[in-house]
Amino acid sequence: MKFPAFSYRAPSTIDDALRELSAGSDAKLLAGGQSLLPLLALRLAQPSVLVDLGNVADLSHVSNGSGRVTIGAGTTLAAIEDSSLVAESLPLLARAVRHIAHRPIRNRATVGGSLAHADPAAELPAVALALDATMTVRGVDGERRVPAAEFFAGPFVTALRETDILTGIEFPVASGSWAFLEVARRPGDYALAMVAVGLQREGDTCTGARVVVQAVGSKPVRAAGAEKALTGAHVDHAAARAAADALADEIQPVADIHGSSDYRRRVAATLVRRAVLQAAGEGGSND
Amino acid sequence: MTDVAAELLEIELTVNGQRYRRSVEARISLADFLRDELQLTGTKLGCEHGVCGACTIIVDGASARSCLMLAVQANGKDLRTVEGLTSGPELSPLQEAFRRNHSLQCGFCTAGFLMSATALLADNPTPTDDEIREALSANLCRCTGYETIVAAVAETARAANPAT
Repeated sequence: MKFPAFSYRAPSTIDDALRELSAGSDAKLLAGGQSLLPLLALRLAQPSVLVDLGNVADLSHVSNGSGRVTIGAGTTLAAIEDSSLVAESLPLLARAVRHIAHRPIRNRATVGGSLAHADPAAELPAVALALDATMTVRGVDGERRVPAAEFFAGPFVTALRETDILTGIEFPVASGSWAFLEVARRPGDYALAMVAVGLQREGDTCTGARVVVQAVGSKPVRAAGAEKALTGAHVDHAAARAAADALADEIQPVADIHGSSDYRRRVAATLVRRAVLQAAGEGGSND
Repeated sequence: MTDVAAELLEIELTVNGQRYRRSVEARISLADFLRDELQLTGTKLGCEHGVCGACTIIVDGASARSCLMLAVQANGKDLRTVEGLTSGPELSPLQEAFRRNHSLQCGFCTAGFLMSATALLADNPTPTDDEIREALSANLCRCTGYETIVAAVAETARAANPAT
């Protein structure tokens, strides 16, 4: 369980980090290391070079302005958990981050690292998709902005090239009411199924719905059928059930040692039903 | 590979109030550095991939898995390990509470639990039982069934803050 040998670089600027990434082959970025170092320990990854971003200034910040919250990629999950700005403006993110691993891990893990790692059962990719986040990416050819809907390509695969660095994530300030639910065997484990539901309402009628499902496939997805079942509907138990049924029809969950496809389908559908009721403020955890 | 393995990096860090300067290979984990280089073997290796919490220490005031840090990442940082909980032969109040409550059997997880609990109580001196369980869920124990560990932490918090 010891790490394999590698060359270590600790640049102090993003430009230097980009140079290091482009210099040789097989270089990996090290941020919090809470996903990368376990891979090295298990010898699932053996990069020749680790480029540590720990000395790069200005990667860790949470700020807002013009209806957007910007979070530096180097911001730890603990800092997000403790941020009153995030609690106020992005309640879905504040709620979801508490489900990630445990506090000692969150003290080191970074939001950029988690998004770039793109584990198909991770919370932050689901939240990024649910909240229409935009990723700021620096490459050798300059800076570009990638919407969450285009960022996650598959399990552990994103729009980042080998020589790119994710530097920040921008969220529009969320309106509407949100719920986040996941099922894991123990709190902190990777999820067996996960949902994020957002509802815009006028009175009791839903004028817009966002339903994101994670941990049942290769990346977070919007459940269009569930969203359609909710939009224009009076948000009640029947609507929640309709959304759950639509979701059960539209997902093709993976089967693995942690659960069958059918199990994941049932759990995801139940979570959607409960999340809709929770977002609507009616509770819904009793069935 | 020999070129890579020979690359030594200078680090300076503080552990339990004492400054150290050493040369280390990049690949050495902070846990192995503390144990092998500094002879601070209180910190234990369990799973060595971040799940069990036996390696938990405090880095710049926050709990962290020392098996998921490189020694070089600790450069310039202020660390506390289980050896730093007391300065002499007597037990700290938290350790006394563990002893009184039978919060350990084989003792292998104990250093990690003590550091998780220390970090919790520094952040939140009057935790509810739920908050204690939430914080300590970061650590695994195979012997005790956890109840006596939770009781010891709760007792320590109450003794330090009698008004609650």
